[in-house]
Amino acid sequence: MKINAFLTLLFTLAFIHSFGQVKKSTKGTFALTNATIQTVTKGTVSGTLIISEGKITALGTNATIPAGANIIDCKGMSIYPGMIDGGTQLGIVEVSSISLTDDSDELGELTPHMEAITAFNTSATAVSVTRVDGITTTLVVPQGGLFPGTASLVNLVGYTPDQIYAGFKGVVLNFPGAGRRGFWDRRTDEELKKEEEKALKQLNEVWTEALYYVQVTDAAAKDASIKVASNPEMARLAEVIRGKMTLLIETNKANDIEAAIKWAQEKKIPKVVLTGVAEGWRVADKIAKSGFPVITGPVIALPTRESDQYDKAYANPGLMAKAGVKVAIRTNDQENVRNLPFHAGFAAAYGMSKEDALKSVTIVPAEIFGVADKIGSLEVGKLANIIVTTGDPLEPKTQIKYLFIDGWIVPLDSRHIQLYEEFLNRSPGLKK
Amino acid sequence: MFKILNILNLLFLVSFAHAQVTKGSLLIKNGTILTVTKGNMENTDLLVENGKITKIGKGLVAPTGTETIDATGKFIMPGIIDAHSHIGIDVVNEASRPSTADVWVGDALDPLDISVYRALAGGVTASHAMHGSANAIGGECETIKHRYGTLNPEEMRMEGAPRTIKFALGENPMRVHGEGNRIVPATRMGVEQVFRKGFEEAKAYMAAWETYEKEKGKNPAAVKPVYNRRHEAMAEILKGNIIIHCHSYRSDEILMLLNVCKDYQIKRLVFQHTNEGFKVAPELAAYGAMASVFADWWAYKFEVYYSTAYNAAILTKNGVVTSINSDSEEYIRHLYHEAAKTQRYGSLSDDEALALITINPAKQLGIDQRVGSIELGKDADIAIFEGHPLSVYAVPQYTIVDGVVRFNRSKDAADQRLQASATRAETGFFLHKEQHNHDRCLEGAYENTASFFGLERE
Repeated sequence: MKINAFLTLLFTLAFIHSFGQVKKSTKGTFALTNATIQTVTKGTVSGTLIISEGKITALGTNATIPAGANIIDCKGMSIYPGMIDGGTQLGIVEVSSISLTDDSDELGELTPHMEAITAFNTSATAVSVTRVDGITTTLVVPQGGLFPGTASLVNLVGYTPDQIYAGFKGVVLNFPGAGRRGFWDRRTDEELKKEEEKALKQLNEVWTEALYYVQVTDAAAKDASIKVASNPEMARLAEVIRGKMTLLIETNKANDIEAAIKWAQEKKIPKVVLTGVAEGWRVADKIAKSGFPVITGPVIALPTRESDQYDKAYANPGLMAKAGVKVAIRTNDQENVRNLPFHAGFAAAYGMSKEDALKSVTIVPAEIFGVADKIGSLEVGKLANIIVTTGDPLEPKTQIKYLFIDGWIVPLDSRHIQLYEEFLNRSPGLKK
Repeated sequence: MFKILNILNLLFLVSFAHAQVTKGSLLIKNGTILTVTKGNMENTDLLVENGKITKIGKGLVAPTGTETIDATGKFIMPGIIDAHSHIGIDVVNEASRPSTADVWVGDALDPLDISVYRALAGGVTASHAMHGSANAIGGECETIKHRYGTLNPEEMRMEGAPRTIKFALGENPMRVHGEGNRIVPATRMGVEQVFRKGFEEAKAYMAAWETYEKEKGKNPAAVKPVYNRRHEAMAEILKGNIIIHCHSYRSDEILMLLNVCKDYQIKRLVFQHTNEGFKVAPELAAYGAMASVFADWWAYKFEVYYSTAYNAAILTKNGVVTSINSDSEEYIRHLYHEAAKTQRYGSLSDDEALALITINPAKQLGIDQRVGSIELGKDADIAIFEGHPLSVYAVPQYTIVDGVVRFNRSKDAADQRLQASATRAETGFFLHKEQHNHDRCLEGAYENTASFFGLERE
């Protein structure tokens, strides 16, 4: 019996050996030596970067390597901060055509209290597919309805909401739109205007109710005799009114963007971010004047109008940046969030500076989300969200060699890579 | 009078049957030429005369008055070819029966489609305007050249390109006919039998005509078989005159069609999408079947869930002639970038990556003797890039078809309307969530009709 167990163990070990061990993320002290360190915020530095206790503890030529550190020679390689996608459905949509795998869109117009992070599948196949391409952090955004829910920023390592939460939440508002939905949309201009007014009226009614809720709960805090019934929808909007939570306003058509800015200013909403903003280039000066930051994308997209120049979607981030808008880039994708660097690359090809393009997927979204003290650049004291690459991470040719998220060294493994390894030289091949 | 009418009639017919293709001459100076098939040449000139590449070398001179492009610091590559798209046509699916081999996309060409211009702006000079994937056997397709600016649909056709037909496997025909119309095919088993039945009918049809042709001389009472366009097209496939381009995803269904083609001795076979082609790459290579794939699309429906972005690299390294296609009026604009992704996913060389969007799709469409590489005597279909085309920072500057500059970035108009509208100040606003719109292939099938027109399905 004992021998049997031993043989089983041997067999198991042999099996694991021949097929490779299950790859897991691990934590430790690392010294990345001989590297070109692209800090994003403080120029290019040569030398060593030290990771300890999950944080960057030193970087540069004079960085001392702690005793017992794992040394990774990065000669000829570059170190960049992990990239941040400012808007995705990664983890909440698995196979978009199968509705039961889509957790992004709850029923109802008024569901700001729905938490995207609750439905985030940390083991979704697309999570590892995304992070091996250097995207370490994503904003998970619910969609559908006027107030679809609350978005969360997550780091793509870990198995529970607490482990992945990256320190930012925002309430999503799909700002009422005034456009035709397609060539088949035969509504007249008058009808459109009416519908727009109706939608705006609905939004204002909700907002008035939320303002009342704030007054009542303020009063209740001072007077125990005032009882407030549970109202999770209004409670969440109250956090926006009190400035405790950011309002992410999704808006794309030029006159809608203007209307959204006007609305947010009139309502004196403390923290506002504009998202989508496909036609931002048409009203870039007005956005700049508002001071509201923008998360735009997808960049690799068609122009919004047939009459527009073919490259307007590519040029949009650069045109907004030129006008003085703070611009972050998102994919607004689910399974192909890995293309984030290419969206930034296209923005650079069509007018944005390369430096700003890299910032639009690193430090700028970190600043917009109020987490620039933790992620978005390579600085001492920040979390080790780090990629080691063979070159410019926005170039398709570049390979990612090492990946650290939240201080953990994450194996460069995904189902796409596993299928490559299995099928490049299939066994059995043509003949069995 | 009769004579004049006849001549006029004849002229009319000729002008429609053989539209005059506009051809140009020009000299491209001092660029880096990426021939794709014969290496790269730096600081080299390229002379185009009457639509053909006639000279490649240094210090070339052209006759006075020839248009000249200074390509100093720029990259000159063969015009990009998309083996799967639906641009330049008004309609995609005749979704009424599981086999519609009798219809032809070439009857629905639209030279005014702005997508053709936008494809030119991505360096694409030719594309395969395909029927959709609603039916197991769809209609015949049309290989078009992007001669944007012509108003004549006839001039869109690539004259002399072989005939092609669209087949489709898996979820789309199953959904449209099995789920939608409650007729076969509702499964991948049913899809197979649509093909076998179609080919059997075509064989019987061919035999009936053969018998008639033999008999009609000796037997005046011989009965002529009834003409059937669907059987005609299927018979032409059996004779090797039409190339099958089959929409496919899973490896089992790919093997199924390989076996059907083996049984009917059909050699000219290209799989489209082919997401699981990597699993059966040895079988594809052994048969000589080709594959046209997406660079990285996956997971938008269940049959593409077990995909890998390394597909093109695995197929290429296993000896399958592989191309990267768009199937989208958005993706067609950056096929050079899609090809570059094979350098991240599988480390293909520059030539291997560029072949995926030039000479390989040309082979799949049977037009590689004319286009797909920069070689003497080939059509002057050329794209000129600022930056290497496989770099994310590359920007196409000129796109040339038959020696005619059809796209010039420096002359791109701010307003692309062909004519101003008296009644509408602006064209419509459309927010394209392109990456979520993977089913261009199903355009015109019932679901889309319903959602397009806001109708509810009961």
